[in-house]
Amino acid sequence: MDLNIFWFILLGVLLTGYAILDGFDLGVGILHLFSKGDHERRIFMNSIGPLWDGNEVWLVTFGGALFAAFPNAYATAFSGFYLPFMFLLFALIFRAVSMEFRSKQEMRWWRRMWDGSFTVASTLATLLFGVAVGNMMIGLPIGPDMESQGTVLSMLNPFALLTGVFAVATFAMHGAIYLYLKTEGALQQRIHTWMWTTFGIFLVLYMVTTMATLVTLPSAVRNFQEIPWAWVVVLLNVLAIANIPRAIYLGKPFYAFISSCCTIAALTFLFGFSLFPNMIVSSLNPAWSLTIYNAASSQKTLGIMMWIAFLGMPFVLSYTIAIYWIFRGKTKLGKFSY
Amino acid sequence: MELDVLFLSRFQFALTIMFHYLFPPLSIGLGVLMVIMEGMYLKTKNRQYETMARFWTKIFAVVFAMGVATGIVMEFQFGTNWATYSRYVGDVFGSPLAAEGVFAFFLESGFLAILVFGWDRVGPKMHFFSTVMVSLGSMFSAVWIVVANSWMQTPAGYHIVGEGMTARAEITDFWAMVFNPSSVDRLTHTLIGCWILGAFFVMSITAYYILRGRHVEIAKKSFTIALVMGTLASLAALVSGHTQAHTVSQTQPAKLAAFEGHFETGPGTLYLFGIPDEETRQVRYGLGIPGGLSFLLYNDFDAPVKGLDQIPRDEWPPLQIPFQMYHLMVALGMYFIGITLLASWFRWRGTLFDKRWLLWIFVFSIIGPYIANQAGWIAAEVGRQPWIVYGLLRTSDALSKTVKAEEVLTSIILFSLIYLFLLAIWLYIMNDKIKHGPEELSPAGTGERRPLLETLSALADHGGPSLAHGDREEKEKK
Repeated sequence: MDLNIFWFILLGVLLTGYAILDGFDLGVGILHLFSKGDHERRIFMNSIGPLWDGNEVWLVTFGGALFAAFPNAYATAFSGFYLPFMFLLFALIFRAVSMEFRSKQEMRWWRRMWDGSFTVASTLATLLFGVAVGNMMIGLPIGPDMESQGTVLSMLNPFALLTGVFAVATFAMHGAIYLYLKTEGALQQRIHTWMWTTFGIFLVLYMVTTMATLVTLPSAVRNFQEIPWAWVVVLLNVLAIANIPRAIYLGKPFYAFISSCCTIAALTFLFGFSLFPNMIVSSLNPAWSLTIYNAASSQKTLGIMMWIAFLGMPFVLSYTIAIYWIFRGKTKLGKFSY
Repeated sequence: MELDVLFLSRFQFALTIMFHYLFPPLSIGLGVLMVIMEGMYLKTKNRQYETMARFWTKIFAVVFAMGVATGIVMEFQFGTNWATYSRYVGDVFGSPLAAEGVFAFFLESGFLAILVFGWDRVGPKMHFFSTVMVSLGSMFSAVWIVVANSWMQTPAGYHIVGEGMTARAEITDFWAMVFNPSSVDRLTHTLIGCWILGAFFVMSITAYYILRGRHVEIAKKSFTIALVMGTLASLAALVSGHTQAHTVSQTQPAKLAAFEGHFETGPGTLYLFGIPDEETRQVRYGLGIPGGLSFLLYNDFDAPVKGLDQIPRDEWPPLQIPFQMYHLMVALGMYFIGITLLASWFRWRGTLFDKRWLLWIFVFSIIGPYIANQAGWIAAEVGRQPWIVYGLLRTSDALSKTVKAEEVLTSIILFSLIYLFLLAIWLYIMNDKIKHGPEELSPAGTGERRPLLETLSALADHGGPSLAHGDREEKEKK
């Protein structure tokens, strides 16, 4: 395994960490407006209050690591997706301030306004992530100079919109299971039905997206011939998805949550696997694609970055585990809540 | 000044970074003060310090959230608006950004959760530890981002690989890049600026409380802590500023010449103010000490200082902005030293809190460090032009090739609207928090201070959600 492959995998790990962790708090945001009354809404926001910021750091670190390890891929993708990424930024900004500001004032219109912006921003951010993933799978119109010639309209193609909606459905389900773990009483009972609903929508979209991928992008499965063991991930993915309703039915929500984490991890893996060894595929000419070699930094930088990762990641994981441990259990509103 | 992609992208970067920079310096400065206050509480067990720490933590949380929300924009913007720059320097410039994420942001965000939400979930020692970690994390973040920016000012530890279109900077020595000729100076000066801001922020609010006769005991204690830090930091800023000017004269002579309006190589005049004129190559309406610049740099009034005449005309930075911003920053720096020394003298004499005029000056002085921090960065960044990486890559060659002017214009308009809106909301919330003051931290509904343990058990019995916000509603209903 060379450093380029190592960094491709590590970026995959960062992206998976982000999708699993921020996935549930984005999901809580997507479902936020379905809650009733001020108390429930505060419960929703406070269920992720101490956690969302740390979860979002996974994205920031992913961005920084992509910049450092594969600057060409970072530059091509970020400038190629200019306006969608700007809207993604606006969504992430509004999400953060909605949580921070919402409960700071008593006025009804004030709280409604931030409730609305919290849901819209969470949904929009998730949708745009999904659209970006869909476009990455199709490939961007990259010329011989590594620059993408795409327009906003070309990015909003049917397949990318499908992956965008699929992302919203996935995170909504993930968020619903998370909320079930963090709530009690009548609210928890209502969320129980949400789990089923969101799972149903997710399942339908999962099948449609899988079909659409196989039909429109046969190249997505080309790596399975080279590396047959990757079928194990597909199998695990199916098992994890199947285990979500089973665990809900058996009344073991924590297992459902773990399964939903595994589902997201498997989907992220399959996304990376469909690209490898490309970073960004050129839809114009495969020879112009950005690969983990022509888009990468020098071996020296990749080596330095590896040390940074080895030094830093144990700390990162220990903070994350510690924080999740300290804030375990049901969400209660207190003096210091949002 | 046509609206081309270059102008628009520079404008957008200036807008987003200046707005972002309203928040992190305050987090850094306030973080240090919170560590001191909470440390005093643990040491003395005086509950006033605890009330203080809790109050400033609440303020800190609002500041921090804005920093997070606006900071993520910066991480994306190198790629969206400066793709060519990203390709050219990513090998060198990317790793400090990644290190910032790994070493600083995770630390900050993790422990911030305990700091804000964890008062009743962890013990006081653990809480204090979290405060220390958040404060350290915010400074680590400054370390990495200033290292990255310093490399743009004084590149080191790299070599150029490739030809023409594929040429790029690659790292040869990571530590030489980290400790490039200007990074230590600039980091020190930046952090000092943050500490001054934090101190003046606390002094402004507490002076207001003292004048209004509210929370007087707590306010006086807070003010004194902040005054000590503010005085030391203001004096330190003078020393570090002097060192830094010296470094700039060695590493970026064009920038220093722009700062000082120094056109002809020779003994340099130290201007207090003036208007540099590119046409006549003189500083108009200037008042200065002849030879003062030479003396400051070389302890010799006749020592020659390299002027703009030795810099090719197309490598001159804009003169007006760096000159004025630099002088504004220096003037404010002198003001900070004067006002804090004066207040310290009165504090030592024990008469400070009777001097209402001085307290009023402190209430409004918060604007000073804000302007000084922004002005210092504007001077540093505009003074580096026309280079984005000094002597290596021009700003005009660093843009994204595929991004069109109207796209950038669209995002600028949206950013401006959103940021104006957020600034208004943020000021409103901060004002509201400050008006409520530390009292909102005493157990609601009783009006008296109870020790933390009792409060907690009371909360546990209460068992309900009606706290903080709920309480006021309940009282109104009654």
